[in-house]
Amino acid sequence: MAENKVVDACNTFCPGPLMELITYMKQASVGDTLELLSTDDGSATDIPEWIHKVGHEVINNEKVDGIWHIKVRKTK
Amino acid sequence: MKILIVGGGTGGTILANHLSRRLGSEIRAGKVELTLLSASDRHMYQPGLLYVAFGQMTADQLYRDEASLLEPEVDFHVDPVEKFQLDQNHVVTKSGKSYAYDILVIATGSRIVPEEVPGLSEGAETFYTEESAVRLHKRLMEFQGGTVVMVVSIPHKCPVAPVEAMFMLHDFFKSRGIRDKVTLRYQYPTNRVHATANVARWAKPEFDKAGIEYETLFNLKSVDPVKKIVYSEEGTEVKYDLLIAVPPHRGMEIIEQNHLDQGGWIPTDRFKLTMNGRNNVYVIGDATNIPVSKTGSAAHFESEVLAANIVARIRTGTDNPVREYDGKVYCFIEAGFDRATYNAFDYVNLPDLKPPSKSIHWFKVAYNQMYWTSVRGLL
Repeated sequence: MAENKVVDACNTFCPGPLMELITYMKQASVGDTLELLSTDDGSATDIPEWIHKVGHEVINNEKVDGIWHIKVRKTK
Repeated sequence: MKILIVGGGTGGTILANHLSRRLGSEIRAGKVELTLLSASDRHMYQPGLLYVAFGQMTADQLYRDEASLLEPEVDFHVDPVEKFQLDQNHVVTKSGKSYAYDILVIATGSRIVPEEVPGLSEGAETFYTEESAVRLHKRLMEFQGGTVVMVVSIPHKCPVAPVEAMFMLHDFFKSRGIRDKVTLRYQYPTNRVHATANVARWAKPEFDKAGIEYETLFNLKSVDPVKKIVYSEEGTEVKYDLLIAVPPHRGMEIIEQNHLDQGGWIPTDRFKLTMNGRNNVYVIGDATNIPVSKTGSAAHFESEVLAANIVARIRTGTDNPVREYDGKVYCFIEAGFDRATYNAFDYVNLPDLKPPSKSIHWFKVAYNQMYWTSVRGLL
């Protein structure tokens, strides 16, 4: 059964939100979703750029009360 | 009151020394017991491994006897923990001994797991162990020309190490007089040459100036050591003559075997440093899942915060922290053999890199010796 995990990368600069997401994506199973929380505006473009290049799926990408919520699905 | 620290690396050792000094009277009066359990009788200065790889330090300079670094009131045993029985507030060690505690601190660090990437162990050199750093130095001395490729796995300890290594490779081959015969390539997992935007902003023009080629969004998938090709998750590949890898890291096996982890790391409150769901168990250093760099610097600053909170807890009985860990990290960044800068940040303040200078480099060289004062909790 697919899992949904929240990765809180708010207020982190090193290694930063994309690296945090990649870490958890490596641990996830195909079909799992991960919701990255980030206060870095760069995440809104950085995360989808990597997700699309590697072939996973962006489900949602929105800023709520100053925090980016970027939900992705591992597809392979 | 029994305080038990598991792990004799940077975080565990600094914490033990701080607690010993601050609780000295309580320890001598028999009101507090302070015990440190470690898997080794030796303490390694891990940042020195990079210098070993480039022939600037020798392996013997990386070690001190752990006992020699500790205050005399610390009850130190080389007896690694095998079972964490958190509901019963005790651990069981390899020797079969049981240690009860009122406060437990887990500082077990991390390990490299190159075996998670097919072909990596066979095809790549690294500098994350003594043996591999010594071997890499030999390979670098023998190298007569061709393509040197650096690949970076996730997660890894010391996020600036691959950047430093590239600048040091540039200066190393310049000093050997064969830089024109060597192509330096840097393959990095995120969409900039470093995960931290300000580090990338500084490093990219420096790479350009040094003629270091780079490819971003390259997440290591596998290595073919026969064809000498590295493959990425993104579908690209690169050929090499000498491959240097920053291998993937995980928390220690004992943490996973005791099911304390999520994906190898212990879920930890990023401010209080308590293990999630346990108010008498703390976690510091690489073992945590806190989203800060896995570095000795983070472990150092965490141990100072935790020492203050444990002392307050013992003296006032309060579970509320008197200090919170603010995410502080300070890392030197070597920009070659004679220049360096530094990366300092916390949960609120971004790193703001200054131009590299000889003085910061020499401070780093001095810190390589000052570490032994730092780990005693004096600096």
